[in-house]
Amino acid sequence: MDKIQNMKNEYQQMVKKTSPNSNLLRDSVRAFWVGGTICAIGQLITNIVKSFGYSKDEASMIATIILVFLGILLTGLDIYDSIGKYAGAGTIVPITGFANSMVSPAIEYKKEGYVFGVGARMFLIAGPVIVYGTITSVIVGIIHYFI
Amino acid sequence: MEYVRAFVVGGAICIIGQILIDKTNLMSGRILVMFVVLGAVLHGIGLYEPIVEFGGAGATVPLPGFGYSLAKGAIQEVEKVGLRGAFTGGLKATAAGITAAILFAFIASLIFNPKAKD
Amino acid sequence: MSKHIGNQTIKFDLPPSIIETASIVGPKEGKGPLARYFDTILHDPLWGEKSWEKAESKLVNKSIEKVIEKANITPEDIQYIFAGDLLNQLTASTFGIRNYDIPFFGLFGACSTMAEGMMLGAMTIDGGFADYVIAEASSHFCSSEKQFRFPLELGTQRPLTASWTVTGSGAVIIGKNNNPPYITYITTGKIVDLGIKDPMNMGAAMAPAAADTIVTHFKDTGRTPNDYDLIITGDLGYVGKELALELIKKYNYDIENIFSDCGIEIFDAQTQDTHAGGSGCGCSAVTFCGYLYKEMKNNKWKRILFIPTGALMSPGSTQQGETIPGIAHAVVIENQLG
Repeated sequence: MDKIQNMKNEYQQMVKKTSPNSNLLRDSVRAFWVGGTICAIGQLITNIVKSFGYSKDEASMIATIILVFLGILLTGLDIYDSIGKYAGAGTIVPITGFANSMVSPAIEYKKEGYVFGVGARMFLIAGPVIVYGTITSVIVGIIHYFI
Repeated sequence: MEYVRAFVVGGAICIIGQILIDKTNLMSGRILVMFVVLGAVLHGIGLYEPIVEFGGAGATVPLPGFGYSLAKGAIQEVEKVGLRGAFTGGLKATAAGITAAILFAFIASLIFNPKAKD
Repeated sequence: MSKHIGNQTIKFDLPPSIIETASIVGPKEGKGPLARYFDTILHDPLWGEKSWEKAESKLVNKSIEKVIEKANITPEDIQYIFAGDLLNQLTASTFGIRNYDIPFFGLFGACSTMAEGMMLGAMTIDGGFADYVIAEASSHFCSSEKQFRFPLELGTQRPLTASWTVTGSGAVIIGKNNNPPYITYITTGKIVDLGIKDPMNMGAAMAPAAADTIVTHFKDTGRTPNDYDLIITGDLGYVGKELALELIKKYNYDIENIFSDCGIEIFDAQTQDTHAGGSGCGCSAVTFCGYLYKEMKNNKWKRILFIPTGALMSPGSTQQGETIPGIAHAVVIENQLG
């Protein structure tokens, strides 16, 4: 048994040595400028909305809706995934990436029907995000009540 | 200046995500979950509000901002109506974003088809 | 006299002939270095169908139609089809084959399926159970991404160790000993699992199985690397090929100069952004049916060892934290007997 385990460990080392690593510096620079740009656009939209007399929170909410719309439109037009290939986390982490994670399975699974295809698969990635985000917010709310 | 701060803060959060992707082989879904939870927890202990004050959209547009909105909503509602607010506040505050995503994603599924890659 | 030699190898007394092959590939493969060897290159990966799965079934259906036509025989002459693909319950193969009135064995060997079909087909012929059989295997980039990875439009980055699933189907007709090339030996692989968990590094998961089968083949047959003009694995890619080479060296066999991999041959890694190389059942199938078969006919090689490799995991096993079992089957194809 030990012999097999040794062989496996030795092989894992070999694999580590042979497998090419991602270029972290290059990837980070790309994620930084694309992600930063999406946020700056978000700021611009927020400011424009605010200039119509909305409060800061309202403007931020409307900006979110617009960004979600843009993320979904770019996904439908087959553009978002190409930006994502370049930018990595730069397009995954902003709210547009959340929108992309909902619309991409919705489109992919429409052949399986609108109920179990589009309706169910839409939450393939967004579902867990909403589940754990909501649970955390409830816990934070309860703790806040007691302290 | 406001735009530069949004750019830098948003970009920095994305770099953290990129490091997680490259170094840990985490799938994007897990990173999104981690970031939402992180944003909510940081707001719970009072650390995310200052980041939002400084970075504006740079802090609210990335996914931790979504967690921040959930937690902020829950806390505000608790202060308004008591304990039951913990159950309503989070989703109430983020309803616009979630509803928009559901609606637009559905409409997109009516219009668009997935394209092969090369 | 027993045809079974050594531990895992069969030596055919009257080696079956590979009578004809046919290959159909997608547009990306049609822009790759092997383009001129394929019979049909699609312009549209959906091929006028409503879903990726239906498109892959059409690949299966049409490659079988094509190989029968090229061999100048009729579907009634074919006694068995051995076929498989990557989709759940062999969706592509069964739906592609359902309109043929031919007895069917469905195979799952992940990306090693082409070898499985050729081996069982050759055994069926050698055993005298049929005059003509077809072995076929297919994969489709889009249907595989959908089942094993992500929706196509999801914005993600592929790690450098990830492979690119080949869109294509290859079919061969195997018949009684007639003209070259012949299937002379087969070495059936065992499942080998050295604990690799990363489904984005399948080359690493399969390399130990490939090395095991190749070394076993040498031991069983008494042959050495010098007996072969080409040793070509299925879809180890750049990472897996390096690892397999290193593992084989530990057994004192050096195959470096004659070793290649279908996943490396089929795409141009520099210009086609395919990272570790091609993969999928279709990868070794179309590379064999196009490139390898036609060049053997041209006598570029007299004797090759063809070793399709498979990573036998499912999306469920990966989520449950299981490691990836690998398998590799070796088929010897020769132009001369004796």
